[in-house]
Amino acid sequence: MAKKNLLFIGKNFIRMIFLLFAVSIVTFALVSASPIDPLQANVGQAALGSMSEAQKEKLRSYWGVDVPPVQRYMNWAKDFIKGDLGTSLLYRQDVLKVIGVKLSNSLFLMGLAWIISGLLGFVLGVLAGVFQGKPIDKAIKGYSLVVASTPAFWLALLLLIIFGVWLRVLPIGLSVPIGVEASGVTFLDRVRHAILPAVTLSITGISNITLHTREKMIEIMESDYVLFARARGESLWKIVCSHGIRNVLLPAMTLQFASISEIIGGSVLVEQVFSYPGLGQAAVAAGTGSDVPLLMGITLITAAIVFMGNFIANLLYGVVDPRIRKGGLHS
Amino acid sequence: MRELNQRQKARLLFSFAVLFLAGIAVAGRLCSEASLVTDFSRKNLAPCLAYPFGTDWLGRDMFLRTLTGLSTSILIGVCAAGVSAVTALVLGLAAATLGKKTDSVISFVIDMVMGIPHILLVLLISYACGKGMKGVIAGVALSHWCSLARLIRSEVLQLKQSEYILIAGKLGHSKFEIAKKHMLPHLLPQFVVGLVLLFPHAILHESSVTFLGFGLSSEQPAIGIILSESMKYLITGKWWLALFPGIMLVLTVVLFDLGGTALRKILDPNSVHK
Repeated sequence: MAKKNLLFIGKNFIRMIFLLFAVSIVTFALVSASPIDPLQANVGQAALGSMSEAQKEKLRSYWGVDVPPVQRYMNWAKDFIKGDLGTSLLYRQDVLKVIGVKLSNSLFLMGLAWIISGLLGFVLGVLAGVFQGKPIDKAIKGYSLVVASTPAFWLALLLLIIFGVWLRVLPIGLSVPIGVEASGVTFLDRVRHAILPAVTLSITGISNITLHTREKMIEIMESDYVLFARARGESLWKIVCSHGIRNVLLPAMTLQFASISEIIGGSVLVEQVFSYPGLGQAAVAAGTGSDVPLLMGITLITAAIVFMGNFIANLLYGVVDPRIRKGGLHS
Repeated sequence: MRELNQRQKARLLFSFAVLFLAGIAVAGRLCSEASLVTDFSRKNLAPCLAYPFGTDWLGRDMFLRTLTGLSTSILIGVCAAGVSAVTALVLGLAAATLGKKTDSVISFVIDMVMGIPHILLVLLISYACGKGMKGVIAGVALSHWCSLARLIRSEVLQLKQSEYILIAGKLGHSKFEIAKKHMLPHLLPQFVVGLVLLFPHAILHESSVTFLGFGLSSEQPAIGIILSESMKYLITGKWWLALFPGIMLVLTVVLFDLGGTALRKILDPNSVHK
């Protein structure tokens, strides 16, 4: 039994490494296939025209334009195996260091949004499913539908107008107050700056999990075992707790872990609106500035987070579902 | 008036959604010239009767700009979702029918594409194509097929094992005959609904990528461009620049979504009696 589990974990892990490897190749191929000239994008046409050939040559080698792509990838991969992700061309720092700083900003935001949207979405979904067809169900369903169709960046803009510009209760951007030294920034400051972005992400993140939990819950409420429980005289609360939630938890969990990729995507947009210095903003900057090492690093790190999420979800099934726990983990 | 049943309601909703969206697409194309007109005598007007969505800092009519932007979004969305759905169909069928090796390769590719956060992937592909209209269409088209391909694959695998197909095989019908007569009618509705439900995603991602500056160039009136430009003027209290185009975008996406769900109801034989 234990051996089987270990085998399952090992297999999943190896697959994950292969996937990451493939992601790095695809990313590199995409980035180097781009017709955008990094020199023109960063230095500008006018400045480039007034430069001497020698200067241009120097810049070209700095941005790595003169090395063929396959060789560049090999160089990058060699360093990567040693744990060196290269130097960011825009920030002029180690990619790992840049990502570390940005990620810690983003993780705070994304983690908060992930937990809030997961819990809220689940509760709303269960509520809607139990009271199917009642006004509360219609309200929740309508809300989910509208929110699913709302782009995160527009919602961010709306919240910004309301709370930042009209009411002036929350800051309009950045992760710390302007003009305050790093040592003077309190935890409360950080939280105040993270509220709007986190709320935006949470609001837009819940619709998927809510709608799916609702569907499942309706199915369960119409099942024979719930009918029988009703006939036994069990209260609604008890039915929901002991028959409903136990059964909807598994699909909801899968969705919640699969939504990590969505949350990261949403955070790219939201960070852009709030000028929040996180991973998403760095990705956009790296993209517009042709900073290949940073872009590679960010793609790999986010892909790794997504794969880890799926991996953890696979492991948690065994913990949550007694059928899988007793039957072994071979899926 | 007699109460309509579910299917009639679905039909009505579907036709309304199609008409409305087609209307926006055509109207946007027709007034694309007018939306570029700048007139400094009417700049920064709040919404009024003549300009229902107000005007911007160059005196452009926001209503016309929104319409044109939406029609661009709809056209891109339809185009990209179409390509995406065909890719999904081909890969899903290939994975389910061409043996184990092909299946594992395609599953690997699907896992990989789904591993990269969606926006990031669209952004990367758009960057690889040199941004612009081409970049957006390629980005959205190449990143949206995964879940539909998975759905089609598992559907076909299930169908292959189902009894009536096995019996048809035993009765000596050719594979082509079985595929045409027994599988296609089952797959087609799912495919069509999947295709329609891809539109809202495609449009949302198109506007998002454009908003981030990786999509359409800033001369073109696209919803993403309008909203990202409005960001600079929010602090000065020009809320209408962001509010109305956004509402129209949400409305469009909701209509696509409702239309798709209605279509599912119409095509699904299980709900005939509702």
